[in-house]
Amino acid sequence: MIDILADIKKAFIEKITSSSSEESIESLRVDFLGKKGRITGVMKQMGQLTPEERPAFGQSANEVRTFIESKIAEKKKEIKARELEKALEKETVDVTMPATPMTEGSLHPLNKVTEEMKRLFIGMGYEIAEGPEVEYDYYNFEALNLPEGHPARDTQDTFYITDKMLLRTQTSSVQIHVMEHKKPPIRIISPGKVYRADNLDATHSPIFHQLEGLVVDKGVTMGDLKGTLEVYAKAMFGDNTKIRLRPHHFPFTEPSAEVDVTCWGCGGKGCRICKGEGWVEVLGCGMVHPDVLRRCDIDPEVYSGFAFGIGIERTALARYGVSDLRQFFENDVRFLEQF
Amino acid sequence: MKAPLKWLLAYTDIEYKDSDAFADEIASLMTLSGSKVETVDKLESKIKRVVVGKCVEIKRHENSDHMFVCMMDVGAEFGGVIQIVTGAQNVKLGDHIPVALDNSVISGGREIKAGKLRGEVSEGMMCSFEELGLSSSNFEGGIDDGVIVLEDLKILGGKDYDSFVGKDIMEVLDVCYKDHVIDFEITSNRADCFSVTGLAREAAVTMGAKFSLPEIKVKETAKGKAEDSIAVQVDDSDLCPAYFARTVKNVKVAPSPKWMRERLEACGVRAINNIVDITNYVMLEMGQPMHAFDRRTVRGGRIIVRRAKDGEIFRTLDGQDRTLNANMLMIADEIGTIGIAGVMGGENSEIRPDTTEIVFESATFDAVTVRRGAKSVGLRTEASSRFEKGLDPMLALISINRAAQLVEELGAGEVEKGIVSFKREDAFLDREVPFDPEKINAFLGTDIHAAEMVKILENLECRVNLEKKIIVPPYFRHDLICIADVAEEIARFYGYNNIESTLLKNCEMTLGSRTKKQRIRDVIRNRMSGSGFREMLTYSFESPNVYDKLMLPADDAHRNFVKISNPLGEDYSAMRTSMAPTVLRTLAFNHAQRNKTAWLFEISYVYIKKANEEELPEHREQLAVGAYGDMNFFKMKGVLEALFEELKLPEAEYIASKELPFMHPGRTADICIGGKKIGYFGQIHPLCADNFEAPRDSYIAVLDLEPLAAGAVEIPKGKELPKFPAVTRDLAVVLDRKIPQGEVIKIIRQRGGKLLESCELFDCYEGIQVGIGKKSLAYSLCFRSPEGTLTDEDIDKQMKKILNGLTNIGAELR
Repeated sequence: MIDILADIKKAFIEKITSSSSEESIESLRVDFLGKKGRITGVMKQMGQLTPEERPAFGQSANEVRTFIESKIAEKKKEIKARELEKALEKETVDVTMPATPMTEGSLHPLNKVTEEMKRLFIGMGYEIAEGPEVEYDYYNFEALNLPEGHPARDTQDTFYITDKMLLRTQTSSVQIHVMEHKKPPIRIISPGKVYRADNLDATHSPIFHQLEGLVVDKGVTMGDLKGTLEVYAKAMFGDNTKIRLRPHHFPFTEPSAEVDVTCWGCGGKGCRICKGEGWVEVLGCGMVHPDVLRRCDIDPEVYSGFAFGIGIERTALARYGVSDLRQFFENDVRFLEQF
Repeated sequence: MKAPLKWLLAYTDIEYKDSDAFADEIASLMTLSGSKVETVDKLESKIKRVVVGKCVEIKRHENSDHMFVCMMDVGAEFGGVIQIVTGAQNVKLGDHIPVALDNSVISGGREIKAGKLRGEVSEGMMCSFEELGLSSSNFEGGIDDGVIVLEDLKILGGKDYDSFVGKDIMEVLDVCYKDHVIDFEITSNRADCFSVTGLAREAAVTMGAKFSLPEIKVKETAKGKAEDSIAVQVDDSDLCPAYFARTVKNVKVAPSPKWMRERLEACGVRAINNIVDITNYVMLEMGQPMHAFDRRTVRGGRIIVRRAKDGEIFRTLDGQDRTLNANMLMIADEIGTIGIAGVMGGENSEIRPDTTEIVFESATFDAVTVRRGAKSVGLRTEASSRFEKGLDPMLALISINRAAQLVEELGAGEVEKGIVSFKREDAFLDREVPFDPEKINAFLGTDIHAAEMVKILENLECRVNLEKKIIVPPYFRHDLICIADVAEEIARFYGYNNIESTLLKNCEMTLGSRTKKQRIRDVIRNRMSGSGFREMLTYSFESPNVYDKLMLPADDAHRNFVKISNPLGEDYSAMRTSMAPTVLRTLAFNHAQRNKTAWLFEISYVYIKKANEEELPEHREQLAVGAYGDMNFFKMKGVLEALFEELKLPEAEYIASKELPFMHPGRTADICIGGKKIGYFGQIHPLCADNFEAPRDSYIAVLDLEPLAAGAVEIPKGKELPKFPAVTRDLAVVLDRKIPQGEVIKIIRQRGGKLLESCELFDCYEGIQVGIGKKSLAYSLCFRSPEGTLTDEDIDKQMKKILNGLTNIGAELR
């Protein structure tokens, strides 16, 4: 009987080595371990043995069964691993094929530049003020020392709604709104749309954007204005940027200045961007005129302040190397997706 | 203001150098002290390669009855003897004539090249005065009809003509005025810098040089007195603080001398005759506009300054009829008007070649009146642009004498004795301006010594009284009014860039911040960008006809827009009342550029007129979204839901809407949050899409920003995760297909009560199996209690309630 077990084992080993598929392993399992399988068959014949022989035989039979079971499991694992390997091989992709595109969005370059400025000034203690675009003449001109008949009104071709109402030509109008409602200390910036009756071309647009700044407090000096603008220029145009103030005239500031920065194209040596000057004009500024303060019930004997107005388009043109202003307002997605 | 540098420096002790570097340096120093230089142009002859040639042979052209073929010796340097064909009839053998060589440039930038004239080679062209940009009247002996023959000209009389051969004609005629012309941007506060002397003053202070006005002396050689020739009467002295008149007898109208013509022309002013040129010269030199009347035309011998009559028609010097109004100031005589004060003289009193007596006017007129007057007749002249900035009576007085002096120097006539004048009492009053060095230092953030300040102010011709802490500005500085103006003068010449930079060192810290609305605006922008949309920036103008394109009825509220009274054109005359056209136009633009998809958004204003039109319109801020390509109704809905989720808004309700004529009637929904309509979205109506040439699969969404910002929760409260397991049940019902799914889910949620955690539609089916006109909706319901595990009984109870509710709307369990 023991010999039969040995034969079964031998036969199993022969068969399993030649099996390579999951199906053949399964039929092998049925053949040897199934209800009608060889092991079961041998076990059924155990009755023919003497009681003394039975334990030894039983033990051997169990050993053979365990051996077969473990071998089958082993073989199955082997086959699975091989099949997985095949499957993975099949799933291999060409990693150099193009990506599946995500739907990408973007923010407008003019707003991105404005956002940078906002962050900078908020960090310096400024709040963001907002004011109307359709505005009273008073806020846009009169309160800013530009009464009707003032020649400086000519420099800003104005769109009028009525005699008293217009489209603001400058964000400076927000200065007055702020000072009417808030007493010093005041530190605000106010970005927004402004309107001037210019025809659209590569460098002009009837609608463009400015960012106004206003600081009013006790002891504010022109040195503070200069220092603030230096921080701004370095943040926007690079650490090595220098600024230059040129005396100018704005009716609502005194002293007034236009501010140039060293050219970002050439660093001041002179190039196409700065037309060989080495400097590029970026903003206008000055100390708030005492009459403007007085009109808003702020005593110029106690308080002083400075204001500045930055052209957003000009900064964005510089920053992104865009040559034609019109592209900002056409909103061609191929243009927008670059930023 | 164009100022010839040589002329400008003549009033200082700085010597002009004919070098670009010299001019550039002055320009840059002037810019930094506040006189901004726009351009520096080197003034040189625009005529190139025109040289003197000698006619060594002349014969008739064989194929022409009026042309000649000449052999001209133009000198070895230019090829010796060359052949020139000319139509001029005044050429003789041996004449010396200017010849424009091959590749030369003559007046007006015209290029001359060698060519053939009726078969004969011509290697250039002989030139007339006109062709060289010159006037024969400035060259005695010269003629207009024909080419220039040097032998004819008096100025070259007796010269060795052969020595001129091959020489530049402009040099031979001594008409090469060499200078640098600096174009300054003059700001509106500096009327004084609208003159060569004004800029010379600035230059002198800037460069630490000395400034001096020319010495003005009038000999008054005529026998008579001015007051016997003319009277001046100012009726409206509120608009005319001072008026000065001088008279000149035995006037000889003639060309001005070369030096004056050169200076005028360098400033871009055409020389006309000595009298007109003197008025222009004084205006450029002093900044005071002047006028000269023919005395014969001043009827009654009296000049009257008065307001015009409404509707009065007057012909100005330029031959145009102008309609006047009572706000304008006129110069009149006893019969009628002879000039618009400060703007332009009349044709009726113009200086003519036979004029023998003139009246010079030098006056001060009210700035605003001149500005308004010039505007209302549409005439902005050199004179008006100076008067409108505000001039001083003292300047008028100095200038009338300067003009008289020039008349005498030019021999243009004999000046009568005295000045006929009108002066308002306050015309020559000094003004005091506060000056406090300590305050100025505190204001500028500087530490400038008082003595240094005084020096700067004195250089600027201010009288300083340090004890009284005042200054008296010179007559020409009307812009110095308050201490801040004085501070600017100090800062300009101390150097803006020498001020030490500080960062609000005297002030306390403040906290920078954004308001909630500003923060939410940015959250929305970032979310939309994250959802695949590109931010656009658009014009707020609209054409009124977009409302037709939107197919809005004639009485639609959108048509009641804020109108621009002076738009760039009709198409830009309306402030938008809807974001839809803006979005559609941008989609159409992208479509026209053949972009396959365009997903765009913007947060911007629409402008809603108030009932009271004197009030500013409401600036309603809206989020506008537009997309075509790879977009559909439910995708757009998903985009909006993602936004609402980000803002933690309460659940939105969508109500089918057919209200907007420009939207697809079956694919548009109003969006409500908390029961309030906040906007709409959907597909655009195909006809409207066609009207804008936008793709028909364009989707738009427009939402008011205000409720989004107000409702947004910035800091949401965290909830504990559930401890007990959930039980899910599926529910499928069959009902009338017209009942919106939203109604069904609403009932399920109401009836499901607190235990119903979520309910999701997972299938919607219409077909023969569920019956015609019916649909099947299948939901997955999830129940959970925070207090314990739910039993089947608990859930059955809820399911029964739900079913009862659904039965009420005719739904049957499937």
